[in-house]
Amino acid sequence: MTTTIIWTIVAVTLLGLLLAVVLYLVAKKFKVEEDPRIDEVEKVMPGANCGGCGFAGCRAFAQACVEAPNLDNNFCPVGGNEVMKKVAAVLGVEVKEKAPMVAVVRCNGTCENRPKTNEYDGYKSCKVKAALYSGDTGCIYGCLGCGDCVAACQFGALSMDPVTGLPVVDEEKCTACGACVKACPKKIIELRNKGPKNRRVFVSCVNMEKGATARKACKSACIGCGKCEKACPFGAITVEHNVAYIDFNKCKLCRKCVVECPTGAIHDVNFPTPAQKPAPKPAAKPETASPAAAVETAEAAAPKPAAETKRPVQSPATAPASPVTEKEAPKPEKKEE
Amino acid sequence: MKTFSIGGVHPHDSKIAAGSKIEVLPLPKTVYISMIQHLGGPAKAIVAPGDRVKTGQVIGEPTGFISAYVHSSVTGTVKSVGLRKDLNGIPVVHVEIAVEPDEWMDGIDTSDKLVTEIPEDRQFILDRIKSNGVVGLGGATFPTHVKLCPPPDKKAECLILNGAECEPYLTSDYRIMLEKSEQIVVGAAIMKKVLGVSRAVIGIEENKPEAIAKMRETVSKLQSSAKGYDGIEVMTLKKKYPQGGEKQLIDAVMRRQVKSMGLPIDVGAVVQNVATSLAVYDAVQKNMPLITNTLTVTGDCLPADRQKNYLFRIGYPLSYIAECNGGVPEQAAKIVSGGPMMGKAISNLDATTQKGSSSLLYLTEKQTERKPESNCIRCGKCAEACPMGLEPFLLNKLARNGMTEELEQNAVQDCIECGCCLYSCPANIPLLDMIRIAKGEVIRAMRARTAPKK
Repeated sequence: MTTTIIWTIVAVTLLGLLLAVVLYLVAKKFKVEEDPRIDEVEKVMPGANCGGCGFAGCRAFAQACVEAPNLDNNFCPVGGNEVMKKVAAVLGVEVKEKAPMVAVVRCNGTCENRPKTNEYDGYKSCKVKAALYSGDTGCIYGCLGCGDCVAACQFGALSMDPVTGLPVVDEEKCTACGACVKACPKKIIELRNKGPKNRRVFVSCVNMEKGATARKACKSACIGCGKCEKACPFGAITVEHNVAYIDFNKCKLCRKCVVECPTGAIHDVNFPTPAQKPAPKPAAKPETASPAAAVETAEAAAPKPAAETKRPVQSPATAPASPVTEKEAPKPEKKEE
Repeated sequence: MKTFSIGGVHPHDSKIAAGSKIEVLPLPKTVYISMIQHLGGPAKAIVAPGDRVKTGQVIGEPTGFISAYVHSSVTGTVKSVGLRKDLNGIPVVHVEIAVEPDEWMDGIDTSDKLVTEIPEDRQFILDRIKSNGVVGLGGATFPTHVKLCPPPDKKAECLILNGAECEPYLTSDYRIMLEKSEQIVVGAAIMKKVLGVSRAVIGIEENKPEAIAKMRETVSKLQSSAKGYDGIEVMTLKKKYPQGGEKQLIDAVMRRQVKSMGLPIDVGAVVQNVATSLAVYDAVQKNMPLITNTLTVTGDCLPADRQKNYLFRIGYPLSYIAECNGGVPEQAAKIVSGGPMMGKAISNLDATTQKGSSSLLYLTEKQTERKPESNCIRCGKCAEACPMGLEPFLLNKLARNGMTEELEQNAVQDCIECGCCLYSCPANIPLLDMIRIAKGEVIRAMRARTAPKK
């Protein structure tokens, strides 16, 4: 009995050793040469595997970075410049800073602005709804409100506002991976420059119908009147197919267009004060008092288009971007509307 | 009794309006005629505001091979040519005409006299069908002259007339089979002549015994009195949805299966609706363009005396038809154009009638309610119901994960969107909604693949 056990142990041990040697030799012979830097780069990646960079995952991106001659065409939207700097350090190359981007929902079609013309009771998916018909409002270009973008976001940066029926982007959480841009069948969401101190000016409408039709469908539609185009001193605005578009690379945030817009389709976000009619020079570095006071003025003295300033497209948390730093924006003024 | 071999469901047929005779709708004050009333290239409007048009005058010309003429359905002055929303809310070019008393174009025979003599010249028939803008009225509105000209390497063997009308509620085909049976049979004989086939089968479901008897009687009457009517027969089909599907009907009548992505002509069949046959008769024998069709106004919430079959002309606003019928009933939660299985909900009642309009169906809240979706338990009811032999539960899974290649391998492109899967699913999974989108994507990908080779 005992001998059987001993023999078994000996036999299995010997077999194990033999196989270990075989495995070792095989591994030596068929070793796949891989750049060790890929592992190193992968270590500094965020590991979200979101695909926002255009590759299958973080490792594929790391491999692409190692293989590419420079890092100009590769960018990790989740990690941003910090991660790219680390990647550059590992690879020993230079990397240019990229301006951070953020997803922007370009639709003003709140329940108030854009009355419903029919009731949709089909499957709750923008994709399905878009394939069936033009939508439950008069606007055939606007947000369908079923939240495909919310489902597509891996970072929890999008949510539907139950009051407006429009998606809201949380600027803090948005990594500009572009998943929502792809998910939106109406192509409303765009990645735009985050802008200095998160300040941005953009046309929040994509309606290409003629002015009268657009306005009939939605009170706050871009009617393609071209006033903003004329008002812009930097040539950043173009009106094409009855809808204006602001080139964020040219826009200097002077906000002359915001006051010109007759329908309030142009939004300025995170500015401490509302845009004013005489536009006293580009609202450069305003040294305003406390952020809370600024928000109050924005709420009180903003009867016209500028009232849209703190429309809930942007996260309430960062809305009162104080002149201090973006990150320290005080949270208390959460519910404004 | 024959029927198609796989799948199918048995919804209650609810042919409430079957007893109502076809009534002619009075002319409205204004008509809006859409330039997209057929499959293929939209017609190009050739009139301008201020022009005077007569009834039956061409106002839209085809653009491309698969396209069709559009005619004015009224006499009057063109008020505008511009975008107007169709029943899905999508802007389409419409010609707006202020209506005046009828003045027909020269050469159109408006008399009721039945012409049974079939023209000898094949090309003459085809020209008439084309110039009078005849399109398939079974639902897809495919230009009829294209369908009647199969490619030279393929030979048609049998013409099938679709009188199945398998969609619940719809009764317009049934009514024309009762009231205009002679014209339908003459139309069938004309198409038989064009195709050069010896056999034509009129397939009618068993739930329409009066139509079957009437059509049989008409066929034998014409066979004994005139030439060119041999080989036409009426076939009784078992009641099963979707019997009227092209491929299902071929299977039922000829016991032949059209292969994946194939056309009926591959198995020697040409399928036309009975309403198309009537339009062919009008176009060839009377030189009458396709400007009228029959439409059913029905629904459970509509009182019995308002269940109607109307003869309408193209371009009537749907709201006008509803008004003529006494207004939209209060309990109606959804108005559908077409049958309850494949029809489309109307989001815009200002849209106008088209060549292929077949019904205004009022559905109640209870009928249209979507029950909460639950998980798939792989019961296989959808696969059993699918008349194309697909596996909807699998396609749904693949569609949700965007697996285009696998979708193509599982023949999502063969889906005929009949809705049997959705109808049979005990878990209320929106199978068709997901599959329809996936089908579109796969077909686009397939086209993109073959396009550069040309």
